[in-house]
Amino acid sequence: MENSHPVLPPTGNNEDLLPGKFGRRKFISYCGLVASGVTIAACKKDKDNDNMPPAGSIDLGSGDIGILNYAYALEQLEAAFYIQVIASPYAGITANELALLTDIRDHEVAHREFFKTALGVKAITNLEVNFSAVNFGSRDSVLGTAKAFEDLGVSAYNGAGQLITDPGYLLLAGKIVSVEARHAAYIRDLISNGSFADSTAINASGLDLVNKPADVLTAAKPFLKSVLYAGNLPTV
Amino acid sequence: MNIKNIITEIEKFDPEVYDRLDSRRTAMQQFAFWGGRLALAAVPFALGGMFKKAYGQSAGSGITAVLNYALTLEYLEAEFYTKGAASGVVPAGTPAVGAINTIRDHENAHVVFLKNTLNAMGTTPVSKPTFDFTAGGAFPDIFTNYDTFLAVAQAFEDTGVRAYKGRAGELISNHAVLTAALQIHSVEARHASHIRQMRKARGANVKPWITGKDTGGIGAAVQANYNGEELTTQAGVDITKFVSANAASESFDEPLTADQVLAIVKPFIV
Repeated sequence: MENSHPVLPPTGNNEDLLPGKFGRRKFISYCGLVASGVTIAACKKDKDNDNMPPAGSIDLGSGDIGILNYAYALEQLEAAFYIQVIASPYAGITANELALLTDIRDHEVAHREFFKTALGVKAITNLEVNFSAVNFGSRDSVLGTAKAFEDLGVSAYNGAGQLITDPGYLLLAGKIVSVEARHAAYIRDLISNGSFADSTAINASGLDLVNKPADVLTAAKPFLKSVLYAGNLPTV
Repeated sequence: MNIKNIITEIEKFDPEVYDRLDSRRTAMQQFAFWGGRLALAAVPFALGGMFKKAYGQSAGSGITAVLNYALTLEYLEAEFYTKGAASGVVPAGTPAVGAINTIRDHENAHVVFLKNTLNAMGTTPVSKPTFDFTAGGAFPDIFTNYDTFLAVAQAFEDTGVRAYKGRAGELISNHAVLTAALQIHSVEARHASHIRQMRKARGANVKPWITGKDTGGIGAAVQANYNGEELTTQAGVDITKFVSANAASESFDEPLTADQVLAIVKPFIV
């Protein structure tokens, strides 16, 4: 199905997302939208749901449930990270940093448990993480990793929105992504005051990071012992 | 809760409810699927989703209406920061100058982006309103008192986040526009986070995220901007089972409807 689609605008932090760049006509025609301007959700078709995950991997699933499990996986990773950060605070941590990083831990735990509960039996299993590359005693290592995770989370939710078919789920993703963005800005300011929304995160059109699941999962992979399979996730 | 009765009740007012839900059989199958697989607490949410699909606003003119709504809010923010940066209200020689300039540039970029998008979709962008940043005298020292300036900035940013969130669902049929709106939405949240830290540095009791419906010491003038943020139940899931009530409210930002946002910004529009 998706092979018959015209090439979509590339994802990533660039300016090629909107019709202006490649003409209204082509914009309307992509996804098979009809020329009358009446749009149909037809291009949110899932991939075939029968792709077999490799042995030992965790299948995120398909459709909206797949996207919710994708978010659940990222929240598991973030929660596990901040739990460790608070369990063994880095050298020289200030009282204010400890308090706000504890808040962030709690927010990520709230997100994780929310998805787990809402997904019920459709939830993926608890993931095993691998933080061997992180030096939890080092402020630079911890905050550098936190920045990577928060920016990645923002880009992941921003990229996943268009893969969601249920407006209720879209709203929930929206409720969470802005909190991740608040975290990202705070962590960035801890590293370098004023970098909350610098040009490494925001492009010339004032747009934030966006990434598709495959790219997000590639970035997350080194921090996971568990192997995730995204082959059944919806694509645009 | 008797789902069959609810649908039967709706049928009295809307005989086509089953068609909207694809068919009675599909609707009930959908419900059986969700009811069987989701935790019980999430069932009302799943049902709501099913109805939203059936009655959700169609695309077309709705998308450009949302974009013009967003443009109006971006005009407000862009002019606010442009005037603020030029006014000298931000203490010279401090990092605040760079931060306010960064935010100013983003808001102006959003204006350009939204206008270009509307033009590309064949719709004329709305004109910029005339703004009164004193809000009819409520903030008379807006460009002479740094704390007032930051307080209004915080309210604008937090409200901008809520405004985009509240209407994202209307963009669901247009992937490119939805994605761009989400990319603006999270930028506003980054701004909000930083402005709140700037206020904290000035002595305000405020964190980068919103606790309950707390205004961060700004008070009644902006209470409407924060009402509803105190929610601690999401899609039927009680978040306080996992974390404190404060953390539960902070971990999810809440939307505002267009009517709520327009009422909030009305005093700033002449």
